[in-house]
Amino acid sequence: MREAEVIIIGAGPAGLGAAVEAAKYGCGSVVVFDENRSCGGQLIKQLHKFFGSAEHQAGVRGFVLGQKLEEEALSLGVRIMTNSVVWGVFRENKLGVFTSDGKVQQWGFKKLIIATGAMENALAFSGWTLPGVMGAGACQTMMNMHRVLPGKRVLMVGSGNVGLIVTYQLLQAGAEQVTVIEAAPSIGGYGVHAAKIARAGVPILCSHTITEAIGPNGYVEKAVIQKLDEQWQPIPGTETELDVDMICLSVGLSPLVELARLAQCRMAYLPTLGGYVPIHDQNMRTSEPDVYVAGDLAGVEEASTALDEGRLAGVAVAEALGHPSADAAEAEKGAIRLRLRNLRSGSYGDKRQAGKENLMGRMSE
Amino acid sequence: MEWRSLATKGYLSPEEVRRLPALPTWERICQGPVAVIECVQDIPCDPCTTTCKFSAITIGDDITDLPKLDASKCTGCGSCVFGCPGLAIFIVDGSPEGQLGKVSFPHEYLPLPTAGQLVQVVNRAGEVICEGNVEKVLSTKASDKTPVIQVWVPKDLLMEARGIKRL
Repeated sequence: MREAEVIIIGAGPAGLGAAVEAAKYGCGSVVVFDENRSCGGQLIKQLHKFFGSAEHQAGVRGFVLGQKLEEEALSLGVRIMTNSVVWGVFRENKLGVFTSDGKVQQWGFKKLIIATGAMENALAFSGWTLPGVMGAGACQTMMNMHRVLPGKRVLMVGSGNVGLIVTYQLLQAGAEQVTVIEAAPSIGGYGVHAAKIARAGVPILCSHTITEAIGPNGYVEKAVIQKLDEQWQPIPGTETELDVDMICLSVGLSPLVELARLAQCRMAYLPTLGGYVPIHDQNMRTSEPDVYVAGDLAGVEEASTALDEGRLAGVAVAEALGHPSADAAEAEKGAIRLRLRNLRSGSYGDKRQAGKENLMGRMSE
Repeated sequence: MEWRSLATKGYLSPEEVRRLPALPTWERICQGPVAVIECVQDIPCDPCTTTCKFSAITIGDDITDLPKLDASKCTGCGSCVFGCPGLAIFIVDGSPEGQLGKVSFPHEYLPLPTAGQLVQVVNRAGEVICEGNVEKVLSTKASDKTPVIQVWVPKDLLMEARGIKRL
């Protein structure tokens, strides 16, 4: 059996942030597994400049941030194994991994940090299985990773930041017309993202839903949208047909908690964090003493918070293994916690902050 | 404060623009180029404060506070236009003699226009409001793939013109 002092599952911002701090604070062997071909998680397809502050490399484009984190981790001696799927978490701190050469390996760890992220939610409506209906993340992967524009006349369902940003990137990639609909009475994402696409001529229709995708030839050719009343019920007679060749769904994310469940982490259901999430303490430690979590699987937020949660878990793991002095660890963790508190302040962060406090409160139950 | 048009349509209404927290006065706009910061939500973001070499933009202790502009320190250099991840800062200049002034905005679409080209200028809702001549296109290492386009528009449209039709 192979062994590492610290194993991290997921090489997105949370996993890489954790790897960098764990290595920086003295962990001898840090191994990161990721099922994708390249590391960076969702960062690799984020072309826009990031929000946040200097500590989060604000103003830097997402994919560049991913590259910087990878370089930093490698320079600190972190081993990153891509194309490697962790499929099992077993008793006595063991993992099962399918590696890139098609082999099954068993890995032992002293501490495990799970940073598996989240997956897109789907939305069922008549015709939703037609080719041309896809998640916004899938569309983004096709455009920004594989240089394929999957549609030119697009209906974007959902106006959270993902929907708004992918709409912007569709326009940059050459889409002719995008319409955004939102079931809620107001736009979900940041006003600045909405303003970018509004001045590019994209209508954003609140209190609207999709009721049907029409495709007599076996692919999407039309979308039927309908206005919703104050109880979110479709208003008869308000159906409108749009000529589209793609329907993008950006209707939220759900934490990827399967491995945390296998690790026996206690869970809580918190809609404000995306659904079932592992409860954890101020150090990102779960109900299982050797298992930590960071990033979207511990509550769907954004890259900056994922990065800082990862850093926090990395420092905490190094501390638990006896590497940095308690004073040094406390100072670093305090600085990170302050940044996280700041990122969760304001009207866009209040609910997430409350959700996180709820999760941490349950640890003592 | 409520920003209903921004929250439901995605763009600030003219009435909301008049309520912008750091809006420079018309008098200041007529003295020379100055930044107009169209950032009204408490989102966690502060690069505008560090990209401004003249310390004209400040946010305060809380990263979700709104940026404030000291218009007397602002030179209208435009660093904040490409430094703002939200692409929410514009430069307006009402100082030139005559009917026309200049407005600068970020434009992350290809192909780029060239200096002297006649383009269709749009407002915040994406509606064409006039034609305008491109004065210059700034695309440098510092702007990091966020070109800034400067276009001549009638002075009475300086606070409406916020982009051009994609070419």
